[in-house]
Amino acid sequence: MYEFNYHRPTSLDEARKILGDNDEAKLLAGGMTLLPTMKMRLASPSDLVDLSNIEGLADISDSGDAIEIGAMVCHAEVAASDVVRAAIPALSDLADSIGDAQVRNRGTIGGSVANSDPAADYPAAVLGLNAVVKTDRREISADDYFKALFETALEPGEIVISVRFAKPERAAYSKFPNPASRYAVVGVMVAETAEGIRVAVTGAAACAYRVTAMEDALSKDFSAGALEGIAVDAADLLSDLHASAEYRAHLVGVMARRAVRQLIA
Amino acid sequence: MTENGFGAAVRRKEDHRFITGLGQFVDDINRPHQLYAQIIRSPIAHGKINKVDVDAAIAMSGVVAVFTGADMAADGVGGIPCGWGITSKDGSPMVEPGHPPLAAECVRYVGDQVAVVLAETRAIARDAAELVDVDYAELPSVANLESASADGAPLVWDDAKGNICFDWEIGDKSATDAAFAGADQVVTIDIVNNRLIANAIEPRAAIGDYDAGKDEYTLYTTSQNPHVIRMLMGAFVLSIPEHKLRVIAPDVGGGFGSKICHYAEEAIVTWASRKVNRPVKWTADRSESFISDAHGRDHVSHAELAMSKDGDFLGLRVSTRANLGAYLSTFGPAVPTILYATLLAGSYKTPAIHAEVKAMFTHTVPVDSYRGAGRPEASYLLERLVDKAAKQTGIDPIELRRRNFIQPEDFPYQTPVALEYDTGDYDAAVVKAIELADYANFDQRREESAARGKLRGVGISTYIEACGIAPSNVAGALGARAGLYEVGTVRVNPTGSVTVLTGSHSHGQGHETTFAQLVVEALGVDFDNVDIVHGDTGKVPFGMGTYGSRSAAVGGVALMNALEKIRTKAKKIAAHLLEASEDDIEFKDGQLSVAGTDRSVAFGDVAMAAYVPHNYPLETLEPGLEETAFYDPKNFTFPAGCHICEVEVDPDTGVVQVVRFTAGDDFGRIINPMIVDGQVHGGVTQGIGQALYEQCVYDDSGQLLTGSMMDYCLPKADNVPNFAVTTNVTPCTHNVLGVKGCGEAGAIGSPSAVINAVLNALSDYNVDDLQMPATSERVWQAMQGNG
Repeated sequence: MYEFNYHRPTSLDEARKILGDNDEAKLLAGGMTLLPTMKMRLASPSDLVDLSNIEGLADISDSGDAIEIGAMVCHAEVAASDVVRAAIPALSDLADSIGDAQVRNRGTIGGSVANSDPAADYPAAVLGLNAVVKTDRREISADDYFKALFETALEPGEIVISVRFAKPERAAYSKFPNPASRYAVVGVMVAETAEGIRVAVTGAAACAYRVTAMEDALSKDFSAGALEGIAVDAADLLSDLHASAEYRAHLVGVMARRAVRQLIA
Repeated sequence: MTENGFGAAVRRKEDHRFITGLGQFVDDINRPHQLYAQIIRSPIAHGKINKVDVDAAIAMSGVVAVFTGADMAADGVGGIPCGWGITSKDGSPMVEPGHPPLAAECVRYVGDQVAVVLAETRAIARDAAELVDVDYAELPSVANLESASADGAPLVWDDAKGNICFDWEIGDKSATDAAFAGADQVVTIDIVNNRLIANAIEPRAAIGDYDAGKDEYTLYTTSQNPHVIRMLMGAFVLSIPEHKLRVIAPDVGGGFGSKICHYAEEAIVTWASRKVNRPVKWTADRSESFISDAHGRDHVSHAELAMSKDGDFLGLRVSTRANLGAYLSTFGPAVPTILYATLLAGSYKTPAIHAEVKAMFTHTVPVDSYRGAGRPEASYLLERLVDKAAKQTGIDPIELRRRNFIQPEDFPYQTPVALEYDTGDYDAAVVKAIELADYANFDQRREESAARGKLRGVGISTYIEACGIAPSNVAGALGARAGLYEVGTVRVNPTGSVTVLTGSHSHGQGHETTFAQLVVEALGVDFDNVDIVHGDTGKVPFGMGTYGSRSAAVGGVALMNALEKIRTKAKKIAAHLLEASEDDIEFKDGQLSVAGTDRSVAFGDVAMAAYVPHNYPLETLEPGLEETAFYDPKNFTFPAGCHICEVEVDPDTGVVQVVRFTAGDDFGRIINPMIVDGQVHGGVTQGIGQALYEQCVYDDSGQLLTGSMMDYCLPKADNVPNFAVTTNVTPCTHNVLGVKGCGEAGAIGSPSAVINAVLNALSDYNVDDLQMPATSERVWQAMQGNG
């Protein structure tokens, strides 16, 4: 790790000022990606702006038709929250499947969503549940949020405040974990929302994406069988040591069908 | 059974300090005024070093020195020696390249040491290391056996033509050819034994501490065998005589073979400590471990089994290529030869066997022992081949094995590949294992799995292993450059407590408990009054260390022999004290009594008399009560057993889950069954890791792709079932304890049982070729017909 300045502001204004004053400053949420990267000397921010002392970023609230999860809420808290469990059990299950216990106790939803690791679990939830990413300057709908590998709609210095999930009619997340890291090789969120059926995939491509052919098929016939024969194109999918694009494409179908079966069972 | 004696499931003495964080590992040790070393390692697989510019690093505040290969060469530092020489078929010695601790001219793998920075803090050392500017002229490289074997492949060493270190053979070729000529049927198989990284929980570390006042060196190091390190480093690398070099391997957090080797870092810190006249400490981080700890396995083999029409094994022919990495590690050449091909008879009466092994250099980390070292490779090949033979002949796999087993009355049994098995009862282990595994009801469990959409399979292996390489003269004839005996000293203190000095080294095995049990059994002293000292050349007379499951069978027997000497002397003292004849003294439960009388003396009083010899036979007996024994075994020991694995395969994804695992092992007599169970659990877990998860992968340019736990998949708790373990005992015939060894068996017997189970689960898919690790994608691809 290289030397850096550590800040722990108590307000968003103060955080923004430090960010503005230092070109090479980075926000620190749970640090589950940033800190190992710094330890490996692959990142060298001049300043770390730790968001953990800013009030209001770590709440979970229920507004009736939606729940809102503060950016600094860690995965273990989401998994254990009665509010989340009552509203969207699939989200509780997803949070409980992330990494290992240590990661779940440190890693945050805001950090995960801002980082947009292609193999992270939360992006499938944000996109599949048609969530809204609330920042210190605007609200971004899920469909506009994920752009590319580690790239989102966030502008430089923009701070994620919370993620708001409208309560779906029903939703399920099915994950194929990498046996080594327990990241998602493929994770599929299938949800019936007010706006219709949504099928969102993480792990398979550069960033989370929707499979509209599956959404259309499920809109007509909500059954695992409706997904049979829908070919997932491997052309744009990731291929690495752990899974070829062809295998990932196959797993997208398997995980989607499993999510649907969970909802029908 | 004596309480806490031989055979008791005593809880491990050492665990209290480990669990409470009071262990003393090398990195816990800090010497006054110590500096921190950071090694500069090659980022490329092969290249010429044009220039190493250290100026900017030296200029950094807090940096004390930067040394390069040229500096070590200028001091006359020697190369890291290889501890085993192999002779090729044509009589030529293996190609044995130089191995300077810091490369001066050429780097040959990613991670090769180039320079070292010494600084006041670890952070400064790391920062300064980035300022060392090494100019490389990159050269073409070979990252695996296939590319190393290709026509016109780049050479790792100019004098190793075709990248071949040696081309070795064992067995009778013409007899084997004749067996094949007369065979009714032949089964063939192509096997890859995947390259592994040991990943001991404690990364390697070393502290060199030179005492200018006495001109003496101390090296603290994470080693399985400190005396061997003292010998190799002192005699061959740094020219330090034994009496000026003390090597301490304190608490060590796992080795699995990767901490046998003498490593460059040990020599670097020891040498550098004298250069700067301050202690120098180096601790690997996990990333560094991946690219600098010796790797294991990495074989590619073709094998053929000749059979009669009834399934009798007539001949076995094996051709193996083994990857040695870029340099010869300490026992690297012995692993794919003496520790591998000699085990190819397995537990079968195959009359003719011929094996040839081509050992190759590649631009990768040196390859050496990893739990089992050669024996897992042999067992995996043979047990896969036998299962394939069962499938091909239609004979039940257990029946086919039984038909070919060496029978109890056949012992001692001379195999066609050099070993003489002393004893065993292979079918007894099978009987025990199939009962414990509820093998008879497998079909019912398969149906239950099928109802849940899973493909269930069962696989078996009947392995053999060889522990405690011996005797030394035979090992020497086979290429060993050291003896393979062990040393035990029993020091009975004046008040009757006992200190044992052993040349074995515990890095997880629990010797502080099991060796104390031997003392309790022999002398009847209280378990808590026995201390086991190991891992310090300044305290222990000599020792060859712990590897190859040798501690109980060699170190334990040395200790037992020393205890017998103590018993003999104690009886003499007691005879004097009791005014009786030595022949009439009985020594039992800590009391020495005159047979047939009520006259007795406690062992503690005998000890006191030995050290305060006022009433003592000084004319005929030396005072004191301390004895040492060196023990050189007559033969290897031969544990064997039967492993049965059940898996469930998810046909949608190819994921394999081990759902039952049963081990029926014969380790000879057992000192502590709880510790033996733990060794089996750990070994089987590592075997399941090799079979399903672990794989060290280099890309074509020699970059390690699996350089962290994110990509190198170790088995985790939810990847293994509760193990069912049982033992069958045929005592070893040639050591006084009757013990054989248990440390590696789990990793030897299990991989083939797992893969045989996977293939059994896939029996409807016509898959007969599946390489380790059987990852979900591999299994899925095989099911698609793309195996």
